[in-house]
Amino acid sequence: MSLEAHVVVRRPAHVVDVAIDAAPGDVVAVVGPNGSGKTTLLRAIAGLVPLSEGLVRCAGETWDHRVTVQERRIGMVFQDILLFPHLSARHNVAFGPRSRGAGRTTALAAADEWLARIGLIDFADRKPAELSGGQAQKVALARALASDPVLLLLDEPMAALDVRVAMELRVDLARHLREYGGISLLVTHDAVDVQTMATKVVVLEDGKVAQQGTPAEVAAAPRTEHVARLVGLNVLRGSSTGTHVRVGSESLVSVTPYDGDVLACFRPSAVTITADEPTGSARNRWRGRVLSVAPHGEVVRVHLDAAGGVLADVTPESVVSLGLEHGRELWVTVKASEIQIHPAG
Amino acid sequence: MTAAVGRPPLRLLVLAGLAVLFLVIPLVGLIARSPWQSLPRIITEPDARDALVLSLLTSGAAILLCLVFGLPLAWVLGRVEFRGRSLLRALVTVPLVLPPVVAGVALLAAFGRKGVVGGPLYDWFDITLPFTTLAVVLAHTFVALPFFVISVEGSLRASAQEYDVVAAVLGASRWHTFTRVTVPMTLPGITAGMILGFARSLGEFGATITFAGNYPGSTQTMPLLTYVELQRDPQAAYALSLVMLVISLVILALLRERWIGQGVSR
Repeated sequence: MSLEAHVVVRRPAHVVDVAIDAAPGDVVAVVGPNGSGKTTLLRAIAGLVPLSEGLVRCAGETWDHRVTVQERRIGMVFQDILLFPHLSARHNVAFGPRSRGAGRTTALAAADEWLARIGLIDFADRKPAELSGGQAQKVALARALASDPVLLLLDEPMAALDVRVAMELRVDLARHLREYGGISLLVTHDAVDVQTMATKVVVLEDGKVAQQGTPAEVAAAPRTEHVARLVGLNVLRGSSTGTHVRVGSESLVSVTPYDGDVLACFRPSAVTITADEPTGSARNRWRGRVLSVAPHGEVVRVHLDAAGGVLADVTPESVVSLGLEHGRELWVTVKASEIQIHPAG
Repeated sequence: MTAAVGRPPLRLLVLAGLAVLFLVIPLVGLIARSPWQSLPRIITEPDARDALVLSLLTSGAAILLCLVFGLPLAWVLGRVEFRGRSLLRALVTVPLVLPPVVAGVALLAAFGRKGVVGGPLYDWFDITLPFTTLAVVLAHTFVALPFFVISVEGSLRASAQEYDVVAAVLGASRWHTFTRVTVPMTLPGITAGMILGFARSLGEFGATITFAGNYPGSTQTMPLLTYVELQRDPQAAYALSLVMLVISLVILALLRERWIGQGVSR
């Protein structure tokens, strides 16, 4: 049931040459700047763009040019949602099973089951225009999953939604991707998606894999500045009461009041490292040991074991002056105003 | 918004007003000159009744032929990529700009007793097309089909082709996608095309009289009868024209209210 893909697509303007593999249950985040080949990779695996060279093997089948889009058991979620505007939510979800030969009753029953799972059974008879953006994208996810695909391709599913809606959808999406037993490829721009949903991350640059690995590995030792920016984000899971967030045995303070489970996110560049206990206004300070030191571009990324694992970007000068090396114990500080609070499912 | 860029200049308003008058005055004249008292009598006379029924039937048949053959053609032009597609599109458009009489002559050349298709039809099956009701339908279809195809192709191209991709990923064959996605999504455009084609064929004169002749009861449609009556009994011509004006207005209303409005919104 695994996926092995070597995708080569030659276009006059650019070449995409990417090899990826994944096992069932994997959520592979595909990140990279615009034009780096993320969408081309997805479309080539789906059979929508012909391969110039390479091979896609999925679930024991070889998907070459003779295997049509219809024959590949894939589900796809699009940035523009693209629910069929003339069909109700129920008929949108039933479309896949119907197209793959299920009887009308079976397909509609399957659709209702999916709508119940995403909590939108009460909206089954609504047309897409009568759904909110977040609801519509959830229906689109159900539609993609309803025909029981071995491979789920998500092309920036939250990019067209506003920030609040995207945040809520992210929680649901993370849950559905965990429950889905197949392989998911998730194209995203957002480091939060990478850190909260992905089991693997593939960073593309100019049509090539710049780096891949687990999100933690790649974030801790990014090879380029670009990778550092795309993947590097501290995401601490905790429980918030007002502006006070408990993270394991540690705690932190934000400026966003919220009650409930949250993800506290801050950029590695917002983290300060000092040898002595800081005395400034920053209220979040932890003791931590250096786990790794990895240079990228102009700065050096330091991975510390404070608060369950924190990434910090420092200058090469600091590395020298602080004597940063494996095992050194230091103070880590983050300003409360640098911490973004996202509700977590 | 538009007020912010200033008042519309007077000279443009005057010219626009003249254009409106030019379009409206003949219609007002027609209504004013119509013999209202004798109207019921004129339009229930056998000739008029036959012509009206014939016009509606042949135009209806023509538009059905447009739907059956034109919709697939519009789809091929709009959704299939192949060499010579723009050439084919240009070819389909030719009857749009062709003088109707020329269209009639061309139809005679093709389907007349000595024509490329008409010859064998007559020699082998003893079938004669010209100057029959079927010829009226063919003449109407010939002029209405390009209207229909171009209009439907436009709405096919306007509706996002991305939905074809979505349907394919969901496992739908192209036929299934055509019937379940493409046609329902372009229904407003298809209906508008049918109404446009119907209106075009209802007013068809030149190709019909050339290819089908002017025989009361079998090929004499409303426009042909109106033309004949204008020389024989102008009062009757006014009355018949009025009937066609009403039909046109109904078509226009259908186009605007039922379909154009819906066609614009996704």
